[in-house]
Amino acid sequence: MASPKWFYEFSGKCLPWVGGLALIGVLTGIIWGLLFTPPDYLQGNSYRIIFLHVPSASLALTVYVSLAISAGIGFIWKIKLADLAAKCLAPIGASFCALALVTGAIWGKPTWGTWWVWDARLTSMLILLFLYLGLIALREAITSQDTAARACAVLSMVGLVNIPIIKFSVDWWNTLHQGATIKVTKGASMAPEMLIPLLISIFAFYLFCLFVFLIRLRTEIVSREQRTSWVRGMLGVRS
Amino acid sequence: MDGLLQLSVSDLTCERDGRCLFENLAFTLCSGDVLQVSGPNGVGKTTLLRIVAGLSLDFHGQVDWCGSPVDEDKPGFHSHLLYMGHQPGVKATMSPEENLRWAMGLHYSITVQEIYQALEKVGLRGYEDVPCYRLSAGQNRRVALARLHLKNKQKLWILDEPFTAIDLQGTAELEQLMVDHAKDGGLVMMTTHHEMNLDYSGFRKLALEPSV
Amino acid sequence: MSQSVSLLQGAKTIFTRDIRLAVRNRGDMVNPLIFFVLVASLFPLGVGPDPKLLTIMGGGVIWVSALLANLLAMDSLFRSDYEDGSLELLLLSPQPLWVMVMAKVVVHWLITGLPLTLLSPVLAVMFDVPGEAIPAVFLTLLMGTPLLSLIGAIGAGLTVGLRKGGILLSLLILPLYIPVLILGTGCIGAAISELPWVPFLMWQGALLMLGITFAPLAIAASLRVSISG
Repeated sequence: MASPKWFYEFSGKCLPWVGGLALIGVLTGIIWGLLFTPPDYLQGNSYRIIFLHVPSASLALTVYVSLAISAGIGFIWKIKLADLAAKCLAPIGASFCALALVTGAIWGKPTWGTWWVWDARLTSMLILLFLYLGLIALREAITSQDTAARACAVLSMVGLVNIPIIKFSVDWWNTLHQGATIKVTKGASMAPEMLIPLLISIFAFYLFCLFVFLIRLRTEIVSREQRTSWVRGMLGVRS
Repeated sequence: MDGLLQLSVSDLTCERDGRCLFENLAFTLCSGDVLQVSGPNGVGKTTLLRIVAGLSLDFHGQVDWCGSPVDEDKPGFHSHLLYMGHQPGVKATMSPEENLRWAMGLHYSITVQEIYQALEKVGLRGYEDVPCYRLSAGQNRRVALARLHLKNKQKLWILDEPFTAIDLQGTAELEQLMVDHAKDGGLVMMTTHHEMNLDYSGFRKLALEPSV
Repeated sequence: MSQSVSLLQGAKTIFTRDIRLAVRNRGDMVNPLIFFVLVASLFPLGVGPDPKLLTIMGGGVIWVSALLANLLAMDSLFRSDYEDGSLELLLLSPQPLWVMVMAKVVVHWLITGLPLTLLSPVLAVMFDVPGEAIPAVFLTLLMGTPLLSLIGAIGAGLTVGLRKGGILLSLLILPLYIPVLILGTGCIGAAISELPWVPFLMWQGALLMLGITFAPLAIAASLRVSISG
């Protein structure tokens, strides 16, 4: 089942559906969120960036966990597809992480009056970005693909163990150095007319992430399997 | 007490970054065999040796030691293995004696007499406590080769280009040493570009062909 | 026939070997120490000699300098063994790799982390850290530097096969050092404000236990990967 050929064909069938749903979802979530939800009583209209910020931040973390798990599967059971998936996930996760940081900074300007505050959430996100960049740099530095995959697997698993430790220590560091931070997201107390578009937006971002991931993975499969008969056959038919 | 030792390799395929080095390679090596892996540069001789030794992970297939897969008992296999790679594994700031002491100390408790005898056999008498950076490349190689003179459990020798930097007399001695080891129930697997003239019935060659 | 070697003897062989090598290459031992003091001395030159400011910064500066000095020394942990082929011999010995790796990390800590710790009270005085807080500086470094060596060794193992491993190593490892840094500076900060600082040491101890349990396996795995490539 984990054969690259099977996956390539199967994902080819899913791709338009995932892409279409993601497009509809993102449009719905963003338009609803930006135009049709009431402004926040405390922050006015500036809070609307959560429809972009929260999904990105959530994805940044989810992608790292999935990356580490699939890298681990590839490392232990020597499944090529899992290695490829881990490779494709790194730049996607890094992009979402960067997006979360940028939107967080933009949100910070009207909220705190400055672009950057050493808020626990932002700081953790920044460290996560460094973890992603380290993974990408390590993969770039090693010439042999198989070795690079294994090295990144070890590093991402070490990172996975460390993420909760980093998260707790940063949260705790933040309470230690009490700054002028306002707790911005109070998830539970959010009004339903804001929560529903946010949930739609999060769901749609996940679909979009899956869409981008499938495209990357399919490209990677073709490039890695270019010598096999099925890829040659497929390309031969088309050219 | 050792009985017949056997190394068997089956269905070995090694592909490195899309390039196939060898496919479905199979051979068996028993006590008393000396196997020379030959072939042009880049054909995968070193890779094959590293796979069998357990250093390289990029392969499909099976390596069995005395009937059971090597993966199941790596320490057991490694206690029988003496590996010598391209780099001799000799620390430059340590003396030949210290080098042998740590290299063999991981396998069994070794005495000073044994070390001195081994060094004498490779012609390093009088150099026991000279730091290895003062020795020539050939002498450094001999420090590593002195490991072959120590009699112990390491019955399987995997030697990658052991003749590098060794003079003519040393070469002849080393060839004789391999034959003696094989006759004593050992197994030798090695690569070299040097023409081996072994007058020994257990001497075999494995020629690797460049794949297209 | 010949006697086989126990786990402890194998570790001892590596331990004495590495101690001996360290004593012969004294530069590798002394340079990180000089670096440690040098980096810390740059901060007063950069921000001015105001004693109040220095007291506030002191803990952080000492820890950041220790982090960097440790990182600098980390690159050499496996490199020479990799280059002269002795790492292959370690991997192919019948001893479990994690035991030998532990022996190497312990030696590495003894020649870098421990001297840094011993030197730290001097720096603390230079940064005008009050006398009551100096035990905190010393103890937190004593507890934290072994963890730095353990985490750093994972990165050193991953980058040992690369020609330019140094800068990449810092990229991989520094983010993982952050919890150690936070706890360490927190401890010193608490001691300066005359708050209880022992709980910080306990947290560091908990992390160290975690490190001792898992890091040797990760280091061994990273070395196998690097040797295989």
